[in-house]
Amino acid sequence: MKKYTYTEKKDTRSGFGAGLSVLGKENPNVVALCADLTGSLKMDAFAKEHPDRFIQVGIAEANMIGIAAGLTIGGKIPFTGTFANFSTGRVYDQIRQSVAYSDKNVKICASHAGLTLGEDGATHQILEDIGLMRMLPGMTVINPCDYNQTKAATIAIAKHHGPVYLRFGRPTVPNFTPADQNFEIGKAVMLNEGTDVTIIATGHLVWKAIEAGEQLAAMGISAEIINIHTIKPLDNDAILKSVAKTNCVVTAEEHNRFGGLGDAVAQVLTAHLPTVQEYVAVNDSFGESGTPDQLMTKYGLDTIDIVKAAERAIARKS
Amino acid sequence: MTVEESLEKIVSQVRRDIVRMVHGVQSGHPGGSLGCAEFLTVLYNHVMKHDPKVWDMSGFNQDIFFLSNGHISPLFYSVLARSGYFPVKELATFRKLNTRLQGHPTTHDGLPGVRIASGSLGQGLSVAIGAALAKKLNNDARLVYVLMGDGEIQEGQVWEAAMFAAAKQVDNVIATIDANGQQIDGSTKQVLDGGDLAAKWTAFGWEVLKMDGNNIPDIMKTMEDAKNASGKGKPVVIIMQTEMGNGVDFMMHSHKWHGIAPNDEQLAIALNQNPETLGDY
Repeated sequence: MKKYTYTEKKDTRSGFGAGLSVLGKENPNVVALCADLTGSLKMDAFAKEHPDRFIQVGIAEANMIGIAAGLTIGGKIPFTGTFANFSTGRVYDQIRQSVAYSDKNVKICASHAGLTLGEDGATHQILEDIGLMRMLPGMTVINPCDYNQTKAATIAIAKHHGPVYLRFGRPTVPNFTPADQNFEIGKAVMLNEGTDVTIIATGHLVWKAIEAGEQLAAMGISAEIINIHTIKPLDNDAILKSVAKTNCVVTAEEHNRFGGLGDAVAQVLTAHLPTVQEYVAVNDSFGESGTPDQLMTKYGLDTIDIVKAAERAIARKS
Repeated sequence: MTVEESLEKIVSQVRRDIVRMVHGVQSGHPGGSLGCAEFLTVLYNHVMKHDPKVWDMSGFNQDIFFLSNGHISPLFYSVLARSGYFPVKELATFRKLNTRLQGHPTTHDGLPGVRIASGSLGQGLSVAIGAALAKKLNNDARLVYVLMGDGEIQEGQVWEAAMFAAAKQVDNVIATIDANGQQIDGSTKQVLDGGDLAAKWTAFGWEVLKMDGNNIPDIMKTMEDAKNASGKGKPVVIIMQTEMGNGVDFMMHSHKWHGIAPNDEQLAIALNQNPETLGDY
């Protein structure tokens, strides 16, 4: 079993900011738009380095999405930045008609996704965004797991033609993936091979899945850990190959159990290889105020929840 | 023949196209389409610098147009076809299965001349502003035109866009509002009175012009004024008075022909009032 370590914890939104800054220097067609959250999205560096290509739209997200769609017509690659809630639910119809249906090359970059936004509470903690974006034809949905991966994903999506939803967050989490990684859209990352259970995680739950794998190993259970950073298009082959070996699966995500990674995986399995599956996800509820750690515990998204889900899955398959 | 006469000739054919398309599939929106027939015909045949032969999505070095009130697609399709963007005979496929001429315009099927999907209202002004910003970044001096309905501007996004364009001096956008005073449930006054539109847009920081949208010489003159007003730090909007259903007498003076199709007898009357000038599709 591979042992993962990290030297520091960093926030994924800072990975986005760093990636955007690199893009600003490398690609003159990259334009950034923000709806009054430049600091929260870590877009300050880009705004300072490229004031001519940074558009402050104010608190008007619908207009921001429309402007972004229009910018693509002149060959620009717009990156919009605001919180995940205001990036998706608030502007769903604008994304649907002006971006997705119109096949516009807009990169919708969303921070503060999920419960780990913390104290601001449920109005800001969207847990439905992956589902909303997955349902749009042609939309690519990416939820990277740490700072380095978010930076690499930000740079990678500029080279991909088509609408992309890039989801990241506020808290600092272990930064363990390589700084020089090659981010391949739609390609699962095998973190640890195992034989008893497959644990498929996305975003902030990936590190917890690694920790769960270590705890399970101490209990004599061999867990295969897969990082799914791209939820759409999903790496069906990687999932099916692993599940064919382990015969049971746990999915883990900071999202409602409806519409997210778990459902995406279940769809693949029901079509090709019906398999016992346990969900680690928010159980059809809104969040609330609290520290990120308190909330992850209360809503069942901790390392121990993944361990228990793995035990349940293994018990069910026999 | 004067320019005005040749434009009038095209308008007559465009009106025929509109009522024939809507009749042919017994659905669509003839009222608003007819009301804006003079405007869009003059825009594409006299005002805009554009070349259908070099059509591409970017529209670099071309004036470009966005239809925000996508339901008047019969007019848009007729004017595009009659301007050479796609074969006129394709108008016969309007709203039929596998057509590029969807009920509301889309880029999905690659129809030349269409740069954004529209139908869900209130989004076109934002898109036009984005395209105008791209033109500025590309050092492209051509203009971006957009048409909205006066019912449509009840959508809040329009006012987000209006505030933005003035604050950021997006002065290469020329917006037109089709002020026909009608919407689905009745007159705009009855449904949600917008009050003094010119005062509202002036207060939002736009250069405001007014014109009679069913008067070709007035459209020609006002659009020239609008072009002259562009590039001076303020976005430009034209409040365009029109008569819904203009050119077909029984469709005028009411909101009732917003979204219904004429029957055979009504079609014959409508066609009788608008001579075939360029050949029916």
